[in-house]
Amino acid sequence: MNCDGPSRAHAVRDADRLENELLDKKPLYTEAEARAEADRCLYCVDAPCIKACPTQIDIPTFIKKIASGNLRGSATTILEQNLLGYSCARVCPVEVLCVGDCVYTAWGREPIPIGRLQRYATETAMSGSASFSALLPRRRGAAASAMRVACVGAGPASLAFAGTMAREGHEAVIFEKGAIAGGLNATGIAPYKLHAEDAQREVEFVASLGVEVVTGIALDASDAPGRISAKKLLDTYDAVFLGLGLGVDTTLGIPGESGAGVVGATAWIERMKLSMNREQRFEIEGKTIVVVGGGNTAIDVARECAQLGAARVVMVYRRGASSMSGYAHEMDAARVDGVEFVAHARPVAVVRNVSGAVTALRVSGPRVSGTPSDVSDYDLPCDLVAVAIGQSKLREVATYFPGVELDDRGCIACDPTTGQTGHAKVFAGGDCVNGGKEVVNAVANGRDAARTLLERWSLKFARVSPSSGGQAAGA
Amino acid sequence: MADLSIDFAGIKSLNPFWLASAPPSNTGEQIMRAFDAGWGGAVWKTLGDPVVNVTSRFGGIDYGGKKMMGLNNIELITDRPLDVNLREIREVKKRYPKHIIIASLMTESKRDWQVLIQKCEDAGVDGLELNFGCPHGMCERGMGSSVGQEPKLLQEITSWAKAFARTPVLVKLTPNTGDIVEPGLAGVAGGADGLSLINTVKSIIGVDLERLIPLPRVANGSTNGGYCGPAVKPIALHMVAALARERGITIPISGIGGIETWRDAAEFIALGSTSVQVCTAVMHYGYRIVEDLLEGLNGYLDSKGMKSVGELRGRAISGYQEWGDLDLNYELVAAIDPTVCIGCQLCVTACHDGAHQCIFTGADDRPRPPHAHSLGLATAPKPPRLGLVAGDRVPWIDEPECVGCNLCQLVCPVAGCITMVERRKGPKETWNDRVRAGRDKISGGIRESEP
Ligand SMILES: Cc1cc2nc3c(=O)[nH]c(=O)nc-3n(C[C@H](O)[C@H](O)[C@H](O)COP(=O)(O)OP(=O)(O)OC[C@H]3O[C@@H](n4cnc5c(N)ncnc54)[C@H](O)[C@@H]3O)c2cc1C
Ligand SMILES: Cc1cc2nc3c(=O)[nH]c(=O)nc-3n(C[C@H](O)[C@H](O)[C@H](O)COP(=O)(O)O)c2cc1C
Ligand code: SF4
Ligand code: SF4
Ligand code: SF4
Repeated sequence: MNCDGPSRAHAVRDADRLENELLDKKPLYTEAEARAEADRCLYCVDAPCIKACPTQIDIPTFIKKIASGNLRGSATTILEQNLLGYSCARVCPVEVLCVGDCVYTAWGREPIPIGRLQRYATETAMSGSASFSALLPRRRGAAASAMRVACVGAGPASLAFAGTMAREGHEAVIFEKGAIAGGLNATGIAPYKLHAEDAQREVEFVASLGVEVVTGIALDASDAPGRISAKKLLDTYDAVFLGLGLGVDTTLGIPGESGAGVVGATAWIERMKLSMNREQRFEIEGKTIVVVGGGNTAIDVARECAQLGAARVVMVYRRGASSMSGYAHEMDAARVDGVEFVAHARPVAVVRNVSGAVTALRVSGPRVSGTPSDVSDYDLPCDLVAVAIGQSKLREVATYFPGVELDDRGCIACDPTTGQTGHAKVFAGGDCVNGGKEVVNAVANGRDAARTLLERWSLKFARVSPSSGGQAAGA
Repeated sequence: MADLSIDFAGIKSLNPFWLASAPPSNTGEQIMRAFDAGWGGAVWKTLGDPVVNVTSRFGGIDYGGKKMMGLNNIELITDRPLDVNLREIREVKKRYPKHIIIASLMTESKRDWQVLIQKCEDAGVDGLELNFGCPHGMCERGMGSSVGQEPKLLQEITSWAKAFARTPVLVKLTPNTGDIVEPGLAGVAGGADGLSLINTVKSIIGVDLERLIPLPRVANGSTNGGYCGPAVKPIALHMVAALARERGITIPISGIGGIETWRDAAEFIALGSTSVQVCTAVMHYGYRIVEDLLEGLNGYLDSKGMKSVGELRGRAISGYQEWGDLDLNYELVAAIDPTVCIGCQLCVTACHDGAHQCIFTGADDRPRPPHAHSLGLATAPKPPRLGLVAGDRVPWIDEPECVGCNLCQLVCPVAGCITMVERRKGPKETWNDRVRAGRDKISGGIRESEP
């Protein structure tokens, strides 16, 4: 198998994991449901939904193929543009992307559930074949002139890059520092959208195009065991793609923060998804949890805790609700899950009892929401504080590559359409470039960097292998 | 409340809605339930020597998520003994004296026609319908549509029936013929008191692509069946209208084919039907649909100030003209309402690929295709018309190039968004006027391109 590496990506197969307590909010459609929805699509021309998709999936075409019962063709239409079309179908915030721009939305009618149809097409096609190779035949065999490319980080950005390259007959390897591949798709996505084993299954499908995934190897300053240096990558490969994602959770920097009872949001989510088993539900069940932050990660943690049976979940945000970066539709769903929301509250200290256990988060703000004049400190009693105020940027790694620079936000600087960094052989994409967007943006970046590289390659080798011309850049 | 009662060749019915001869009128028990629901009459499932049926018998066509837009069947006439049917007819007539029972009949020899007619009339039927329409199974035995397709034979058998019958005789026609007027006139010549049409259209409903056997599948084979339901309505309307227009057709028509709502029924009546018959819609939704048929037709007649259904009968016939009598100077141009357009741009592609290349998008003037009739660019509206819903995705019409075909209006999903605006080119002139005036030569003809 292609994904056999020095340290093969080990699978998360333990069904007893806590995340499996949380069921799909949008389960797989039955055939009848999918056809009924597919039949409603108007098959728009120059369709606005396509324009709203960062990977420009030909939505009307794949939907019409569902309606006609051509599921394999439907999945191929999706995957041609987006090799991670399966996870995107399940995790994309479609309300602000394709579905938000569906003509039905502005018309004031129920829009087409594009994400669920996309899941139906990809999941059904995937369950009917062993690999993507059947759905997406390799366009060309390995040529003598084939490139060797390496990716750092096995998240959506790298997977899209490597899969696109492999499909064109090039050698692609991914180095991942963690034990499992998939990036945040495996470690971070809310379980009611996507479980880790499903993310891993998709990784296997992408790898089946001919991508080697090596886990337990981190890009670092040296080539010590478990590490690989920038120099070695540049020496060994024709191009390097950086899909590093973001770093560890940012901390509040307030008294009482360090110690048990205060967790970083993404670290906690990863533990909940991968390491906690169902018995550890008691850590949440019946407890009062305060989540600090107003972004989508904060909303995710809050909803996850609420769904796992917390007695009370309170989101604390330093500004007003309208300034939140989390999506309104997600916040609405959080309210339905029972999450409470306190605006204009700035954490000032974590309050602990004599034995060191957390008893409250002390915040500063108006006691009654909306009266900013009456600001004072008050305590929100709780058992656990989850801090979801952002993730650090992985600054150092860039410096390992000569010419690669950071922009003023601390992200890797590169050309926004090609992903080209300051080093001719180094490309980058995904969260490490955009500072943290969606899976689908990471996929678009990885794919487009690969297409850039392929185009250059085919220009260079146009005379050597005339058959390769034109196809490299795709649609 | 308009008067919905009708007199069909002496058959007085409470309303024009009858069950067509088919599974919904198979037994007395069913027909009594139909009468309770509100049906005015029923044409009993065709009687004759009982047959043996096969399974499966039906096939359906679904369209865009809607089930059974068309239905196809390979069922034959009644498979129940004649005596049982007659006993039930008697019972229904006794319990529902005001409701109409018409016996649909099919047999071969003159003697059998005589006996069958006698027995049915003795059972108390209000009329007879000769089934010359069934396009499968029975026609291969020299009955059904094989009679309906032979005007001479049809006339002869009709005249036998008339000789034996005391009640009105209706002839049920098959649409599987070149010109429906011929069998219609043959029926009149044979002395028929009324015509019923259409029976089902000869068809194959589909193919089982796994087994590669046509549908409906009976073990390892299939056969052609009869097609009916909403899909056949336009065919039936045309045939009803063709007969209603024909001077020689002096007898009432019972319209059949794809009727499901009161609108369908009103259209059949406006084109000359006295009663209407329904099969597929009842097979799909049950006898209860008659409630809407009655209420809807009533409401429509009231809204038009018509006091009886008779006032509607035939009112659209004179509007059905020969092509040569249509007004060539009547012109339409499409207009898009930007306040309701949703920007799907289906009209754009329909006009460019399937009509006359004159709907555009964007704020700029656009080059016309090389074959355009007008010179210069297609002019975009200035300032651009921004839509309330679709913003800058609202298309615009290059009016000088629009031929008024109304394809865009047909594909537009938003009701009332595209309207066709009247622009008369001049006083009325028809093709026949032009022929008479010797102005029927259009340049670019076959002879002109001769070397
Ligand atoms: C809690 C949470 C919930 C989210 N929910 C959604 C959602 O519902 N929908 C959505 O579309 N997006 C969601 N996102 C965002 C989405 O997950 C990311 O935008 C996306 O995963 C970015 O992909 P990536 O490939 O750039 O990075 P990542 O997915 O972060 O992958 C980066 C990979 O690089 C590896 N790596 C890092 N440094 C090194 C190194 N030095 N050497 C080797 N490997 C390294 C990491 O271990 C990781 O596996 C969520 C994010 C979070 C944090
Ligand atoms: C299953 C089935 C059986 C039918 N059997 C008969 C029949 O025995 N005699 C007959 O005259 N017409 C028969 N028909 C034709 C119907 O009476 C009717 O003419 C035709 O279905 C068109 O009407 P509709 O579109 O309302 O169904 C049958 C139709 C169907 C669907
Ligand atoms: S905008 Fe909506 S209706 Fe139109 S093609 Fe896209 S999904 Fe279908
Ligand atoms: S079809 Fe109708 S709604 Fe769609 S763009 Fe054209 S006018 Fe607008
Ligand atoms: S009426 Fe016909 S020609 Fe005119 S704009 Fe519509 S589709 Fe085009």
